[in-house]
Amino acid sequence: MTKVTLKNIVKKYGNLEVVHSINIDIAHNEFIVLVGPSGCGKSTTLRMVAGLEDITSGEIKIGDRVVNDLAPRDRNISMIFQNYALYPHMSVRENLGFGLKIAKHTEAVITERVDEAAEMLGLNELLERRPAELSGGQRQRVAMGRAIVRNPDVFLFDEPLSNLDAKLRVQMRTEIKKLHKRVKNTIIYVTHDQVEAMTLADRIVIMRDGFIEQIGTPLDVFNFPTNVFVASFIGSPPMNLIEATVDIKAGQRGNLLFPEDIVIPVPERLKNAVKHGQKVVVGIRADDLTPVNHGIDDASEKADLNLTVHISEPLGTETILFCSIGEQEIQCKMLNPYPVAADEKMKFKLAIDKIHLFDHASGNNLLGSLNG
Amino acid sequence: MTTISLKFSSAIQSKKSMPYLLILPAIIVILGVVLVPLLFSFYTSFTPFKLTKPDSLFVFIGFKNYIRIFSDMAFWEAFGRTVLFLAVVINLEFLLGLGIALMINKITHGQRVLRTIMMFPMMFSPILVGFQFKFIFNDNIGILNNALQSLGVTDQAIAWLVDRWLAFGAISFAEIWMSTSIFAILLLAGLFSMPQEPLEAAQVDGCNSWQIFKHITLPFIMPFAFIAMTIRSLDVARAYDIVDVMTGGGPAGRTELLWTMIARTGFDNANMGRANAMAYVSIILSILFTYYFFRKIIAARKAMGGDA
Repeated sequence: MTKVTLKNIVKKYGNLEVVHSINIDIAHNEFIVLVGPSGCGKSTTLRMVAGLEDITSGEIKIGDRVVNDLAPRDRNISMIFQNYALYPHMSVRENLGFGLKIAKHTEAVITERVDEAAEMLGLNELLERRPAELSGGQRQRVAMGRAIVRNPDVFLFDEPLSNLDAKLRVQMRTEIKKLHKRVKNTIIYVTHDQVEAMTLADRIVIMRDGFIEQIGTPLDVFNFPTNVFVASFIGSPPMNLIEATVDIKAGQRGNLLFPEDIVIPVPERLKNAVKHGQKVVVGIRADDLTPVNHGIDDASEKADLNLTVHISEPLGTETILFCSIGEQEIQCKMLNPYPVAADEKMKFKLAIDKIHLFDHASGNNLLGSLNG
Repeated sequence: MTTISLKFSSAIQSKKSMPYLLILPAIIVILGVVLVPLLFSFYTSFTPFKLTKPDSLFVFIGFKNYIRIFSDMAFWEAFGRTVLFLAVVINLEFLLGLGIALMINKITHGQRVLRTIMMFPMMFSPILVGFQFKFIFNDNIGILNNALQSLGVTDQAIAWLVDRWLAFGAISFAEIWMSTSIFAILLLAGLFSMPQEPLEAAQVDGCNSWQIFKHITLPFIMPFAFIAMTIRSLDVARAYDIVDVMTGGGPAGRTELLWTMIARTGFDNANMGRANAMAYVSIILSILFTYYFFRKIIAARKAMGGDA
């Protein structure tokens, strides 16, 4: 059983604190993705688990061992780097077998494990080549193979797909997921791409400025973002965030007052979370605000909106429409699209029970979060 | 008249001839100062040319000079000593330079200052370096013997520049003292250009520091080492100044290298024909060393995944 526990982890460079006392419990075989904008401390955190960075304070446990003071080579981990970090002077076979050779395994064992990994990753034809003779995707697969052969307790991925082109990235993403299904090891994976995070993770850790904003399954963080940062970071297109004021007359359910005199009733599930006169940020996903007959039809409670489309971005099965409420630009999704002219006025339906409400000052979800 | 000048101007203006015309002055100069002397010296190696007897320039004696030097034990001794000198000096400079480069690479504060200080020995004239070590190693007034005697290590005056092997060591020491920084600076450049991620990958892959150095760092900087070796092999193969100042090739030819022998034969004994024959043998030696190290550079760069 290889659990990984990060307890009150702090990282300082001189006086600059870049990771502020974070806690993560990673279960055995779990695929955890650390995601966040650049500079949020996700790579630093990963490198502390790897042992490539010192831990300023706190405790990292791999399995039952505290590894704070162990060298990377004693932690039984494998790491896959953004730039592949292959050994340029070794063939693919030597690259794959290097860790085993250092660990003084016999030739026979090395050959067997290397062949097995090469088979799994489709590298058989490339074993005698040098890294310089491989494409980016092949190099990353060699890097993965090098990690697999050592049969480590934990795999660490540091933005492994960032250097690949879009198509290859999608393909490799699937391969990584298949790999996890086969080798069934604990994986910690760092990325800035929320799509990668959503598609790969068992649980996502969303980080910003050295703090953890939310930990949860992909659907949890999508459906119950704890604050406006998570709401705008997860999901594509990003969630629309519009300021509004709560207006509750005695005995009524209450309304949300938007700019341009747009009024939407407070959803049933949120009516106890708001007070009269409260300023809130309303979060609306593009999927929940769609032109009439071109999107949501099954929502239980709908509101009508008339909006002007400024720009439309056709994607084939759907078109993203850019409109505005007050000063705020918002994005809506149109299913079964027809060509939309610029400045066309359209009728929209809003799924009221799908909207999110955040506190205007703190940005926190008014319902709290699943994790409390 | 007009037709000729027209032809001439059109030849000047034609696009094909223009580049050649423009480099013609340079070619003439190079022919004058390089090729002609080279051919002339090559010719003299087939004559018994003596500076004191100008007429001897026109006596052709075929390979007699070459046969003479090839059958001369003193020449072969100097030849062998030169090769040994090369081997000792280049290997030690490589090891010391590598050590210095690795240490300076680790330093974070004051690295620039140290890099500059490291280059100091190269800023002195080899003649002066020769004098410096001549006085350090002098058996009577030398600071080394003085120090050894004061410390009670020995009560003898050790003949540093007289004994065959001690003198060889003293000269090697001076040469190494002066030029180790060439290795250090080139290897440091190699270390600076080294990507960090393979080093981290090796750390995670289970390597200790020594294994990382042996399997990752060293292969990466070997092309740089071979470049330094090429430069230094040419340098050391023509070693003359330090040796001439420190021992003059003596006593009794005990520290004679190829070029001290060539200079003596050509200038002291005025036997220019034979000196030129030796010089050509020495140049072939240098070409062989250069060729060998170039092959090593290409192989090492190929090994690092470059396209040579």
